[in-house]
Amino acid sequence: MGRAIDSPMVRTLTVPGRYSSLEPTCKFVAEAAAAAGLGERESAHCQLAVDEACTNIIEHGYGGEGRGDIRVRCDIAPNELTITIRDSAKHFDPDAVPQPNLKASLEEMAIGGLGLYFMRNVMDAVEFSYEAGGNKLVLVKKNPEAGKP
Amino acid sequence: MQIATQEQGQVAIVAVNGRVDSATAPDLENALKKLVETEKTQIVLDLMDVEYMSSAGLRAMVSTLKSVKRVNGDLRVANPSPRVDEVLRLAVLTSIFSIYRSRDEAVQSF
Repeated sequence: MGRAIDSPMVRTLTVPGRYSSLEPTCKFVAEAAAAAGLGERESAHCQLAVDEACTNIIEHGYGGEGRGDIRVRCDIAPNELTITIRDSAKHFDPDAVPQPNLKASLEEMAIGGLGLYFMRNVMDAVEFSYEAGGNKLVLVKKNPEAGKP
Repeated sequence: MQIATQEQGQVAIVAVNGRVDSATAPDLENALKKLVETEKTQIVLDLMDVEYMSSAGLRAMVSTLKSVKRVNGDLRVANPSPRVDEVLRLAVLTSIFSIYRSRDEAVQSF
């Protein structure tokens, strides 16, 4: 697992694409969120979004564990955290993921697609792109209390 | 993640401690599945000490709920931590699961 502090405001982490990487990755993001001045709830949102993103990379992007790395970069600004997640998996099209049917009855219910739904609901910005042979996901979280009197 | 199971009459109480994510959710699902296989279909899931839950945990809960409902059982949630409560609400599962403020209330509801 490779970790670097490139500058006080940029931190990077490279983890193997395994579910055992989720907890240390969340811890890494939590520390960056705290450094950005985000509160506990905002930090939890960042961790959830990153967890769901990494799970999707492992499960759908790589098609299983141990098939590639995940690179996480945190750009720390006052009251704002930008998380960039990169992989070297096949191209992911978020528009191809069906929206979860949250009004489904229990028998009809499928929990697929919930990860992407969570990301979009808890983060202030979610942007997918494909470049340099891999997917790039940029997540932004702001402190909702910043700027308030 | 740690799972502790005990029985109170016909009700099986499953207390979960720690993180429930894609690494640990299979263990939770297996523990719940074993209960259902041994006809323990009145289950209280105590989530007070769950510090974190992702959609993987929700998947395990929904899968179990479907199984027990088919045999007239139920999976009821006791005392979800704030993080668990939030993901349940985000996923609109608060109308699917019966949620109680305490373990005792959940057990007595059966």
